[in-house]
Amino acid sequence: MRGQARKESLSDSRDLDGSYDQLTGNPPRPTKKALKQRFLKLLPCCGPQALPSVSENSVEDEFELSTVCHRPEGLEQLQEQTKFTRKELQVLYRGFKNECPSGIVNEENFKQIYSQFFPQGDSSTYATFLFNAFDTNHDGSVSFEDFVAGLSVILRGTIDDRLNWAFNLYDLNKDGFITKEEMLDIMKSIYDMMGKYTYPALREEAPREHVESFFQKMDRNKDGVVTIEEFIESCQKDENIMRSMQLFDNVI
Amino acid sequence: MAAGVAAWLPFARAAAIGWMPVANCPMPLAPADKNKRQDELIILNVSGRRFQTWRTTLERYPDTLLGSTEKEFFFNEDTKEYFFDRDPEVFRCVLNFYRTGKLHYPRYECISAYDDELAFYGILPEIIGDCCYEEYKDRKRENAERLMDDNDSENNQESLPSLSFRQTMWRAFENPHTSTLALVFYYVTGFFIAVSVITNVVETVPCGTVPGNKELPCGERYAVAFFCLDTACVMIFTVEYLLRLFAAPSRYRFIRSVMSIIDVVAIMPYYIGLVMTNNEDVSGAFVTLRVFRVFRIFKFSRHSQGLRILGYTLKSCASELGFLLFSLTMAIIIFATVMFYAEKGSSASKFTSIPASFWYTIVTMTTLGYGDMVPKTIAGKIFGSICSLSGVLVIALPVPVIVSNFSRIYHQNQRADKRRAQKKARLARIRVAKTGSSNAYLHSKRNGLLNEALELTGSPEDEHLTKTTSLIESQHHHLLHCLEKTTNHEFIDEQMFEQNCMESSMQNYPSTRSPSLSSHPGLTTSCCSRRSKKTTHLPNSNLPATRLRSMQELSTIHIQGSEQPSLTTSRSSLNLKADDVLRPNCKGSQITTAIISIPTPPALTPEGESRPPPSSPGSTTNIPPIGSNIVKVSAL
Repeated sequence: MRGQARKESLSDSRDLDGSYDQLTGNPPRPTKKALKQRFLKLLPCCGPQALPSVSENSVEDEFELSTVCHRPEGLEQLQEQTKFTRKELQVLYRGFKNECPSGIVNEENFKQIYSQFFPQGDSSTYATFLFNAFDTNHDGSVSFEDFVAGLSVILRGTIDDRLNWAFNLYDLNKDGFITKEEMLDIMKSIYDMMGKYTYPALREEAPREHVESFFQKMDRNKDGVVTIEEFIESCQKDENIMRSMQLFDNVI
Repeated sequence: MAAGVAAWLPFARAAAIGWMPVANCPMPLAPADKNKRQDELIILNVSGRRFQTWRTTLERYPDTLLGSTEKEFFFNEDTKEYFFDRDPEVFRCVLNFYRTGKLHYPRYECISAYDDELAFYGILPEIIGDCCYEEYKDRKRENAERLMDDNDSENNQESLPSLSFRQTMWRAFENPHTSTLALVFYYVTGFFIAVSVITNVVETVPCGTVPGNKELPCGERYAVAFFCLDTACVMIFTVEYLLRLFAAPSRYRFIRSVMSIIDVVAIMPYYIGLVMTNNEDVSGAFVTLRVFRVFRIFKFSRHSQGLRILGYTLKSCASELGFLLFSLTMAIIIFATVMFYAEKGSSASKFTSIPASFWYTIVTMTTLGYGDMVPKTIAGKIFGSICSLSGVLVIALPVPVIVSNFSRIYHQNQRADKRRAQKKARLARIRVAKTGSSNAYLHSKRNGLLNEALELTGSPEDEHLTKTTSLIESQHHHLLHCLEKTTNHEFIDEQMFEQNCMESSMQNYPSTRSPSLSSHPGLTTSCCSRRSKKTTHLPNSNLPATRLRSMQELSTIHIQGSEQPSLTTSRSSLNLKADDVLRPNCKGSQITTAIISIPTPPALTPEGESRPPPSSPGSTTNIPPIGSNIVKVSAL
């Protein structure tokens, strides 16, 4: 029951600067055939006869014009794979489909949806990181399965699962270590979401200082990187973090 | 936050997991979801068509009717659904707004109906999506113009007595149909404009020779006659201009307006000519100035609406005209240059310079083709043909824009005129409807009273007079009746009223009765007001005052204990109750007003004449038993 993913061959904007042939609606083919066809158009005698040679190409091209449409696996399978109930999955899917009728979210869409929740700041960077975390197979799009799998871990998983997921989010290059640069990027993206108008006013060094304190706490062996074990260990020792992880129990 | 993404809020909250490990301070408590009920489907029954949606969909916009608790007022317990007695077509758009967050305006829908529906559901029309917003605004503007038009013409119809002389004059100038004098003025000025223009034209026609073997134009032959004509016209124009200047509400604005400038330009040459006669140096300039007299023809635009529309169109198409001019100029210069160089070689060529070629290019591009300049070389001919082909194209392009603008403005004017013409019919319709309802009341009152009388007299044969009225009607009539009782006056219709006025003024008697003494127990006011005959009712006219006065002069004798001052309180000056049709349920038999002595009651009273036959048997049966109690006194 895998959905058929058909490639989008045409971008949405069809500009009229000659980049597509208005007669047949095809994308431009800089071939002799097209030039000849255009020249023949001017002559009144050679009307319809000139076209049949091009028609078979146009028929094929039409199939490529439709957009991608992705359907998720059945409800039962999703129920097995995730820890959501049937009703919760239904509600989630309805919301998902409403915003993404094609069945998948691409990065742009993702960023746009996420930015609606943070009107004051710029959440695009953090949204990118989130996207990469949700997009487990790294194919550039988040399907409903990916979406629901991620949510299942965050909202219904154990604390360790959640911490794992957070580590995965921070580890931008997925090499198993969080470096200071990666952490700095994440921190900057979080501070970006605050925007300009904050109290007290945001200083340039605030993210860096925050990263320093983070590494102070997390990096046990002071080797400049945080591994997954260090991370989980340190988090489990921290009261605040453990309590905040429990906030996610009641989101849905 | 858009409604659609509200469904993604759980996701956004889940994504906050990325902040938790880096946070230094504890997180605040999450809000508890107290009534965590499952999302349920609710049924919205709109005029029989059932719509279903999730409750949360509607709750996305809590400040509308459907999103708030206001919809509980429409909940139908029996069917467990929300019932709205409204248009289901528009409801479709409204519900889609909740679903998608975008409000659309369907083109086939009437704008006022749509606005009413939106107002009912508590949705502001400003949130209409961009796709439909322009259409909505256009329609709304048209509607507003129509309403304003109506209001304007309404205001014009009303005769505001507070208009000063100056204002009346200005109105007369602007709208010649307001009074006959204005119309006369309008036609006179139009006539003189025509005379003036014709004079200017005929002046230059050669008529006959003078012995000096020179052909003279008429202007010089009959110089005196033409001068007199010119003077007369200029007199009229000057007077007109000064009157307009006097009457204008804003003189400064009037002076700056186009029409006034035309007026001034039309009459200036004459005065300048008067001042500068016989001055040889400037007579040349003076002759040129006479050209400006032709501007008098533009004064016709006050008289012709089409001309005004044309002028307005040209003004509004200024950019298209500018483009036309610009492209023509470009093409002319290009082709003139080309032609000049092409024809340079040929001998005795008329294309002596590029500016000289301009003339050829213009004539060719506009397809005039005078033939005074023709290319002789082959290259020149080729380029000449290209020039004429392109000329057609360049000119044909902006013209449809101008034409469509003109057409649009012209039709707008037509529509306004049509509305004005239909306005009379519309008002008549409204009036008929109004009088219809009041007539219904009076009719039912008559019949109702008659029925009561008949009941009391016990005559069964007139029961067919009963007119069945609906509950609403009867309640409405009862309401009007209560008003009558409150004010102690009665409703009658126009004809009755006028007849009463006429009759009373003719007879010069105050033939009234004061039914205002309802406070008096023994008086028959209550039953007087319940007469089957209509009584006159004077709402706001000045008539009662004068009649009251006249009545008081001619003293009316009141019979049996009623007071004189009652006259003032009664609107009874036109209560022609000459026919004393008293109901048998009148216990007292006192009459308190003077009555015209009329020998045969039913015949002479206007009510009697218009009285439908059914009631007369009723009335006549009533008279005899009470006749003895009535004292008819002449008030002379």
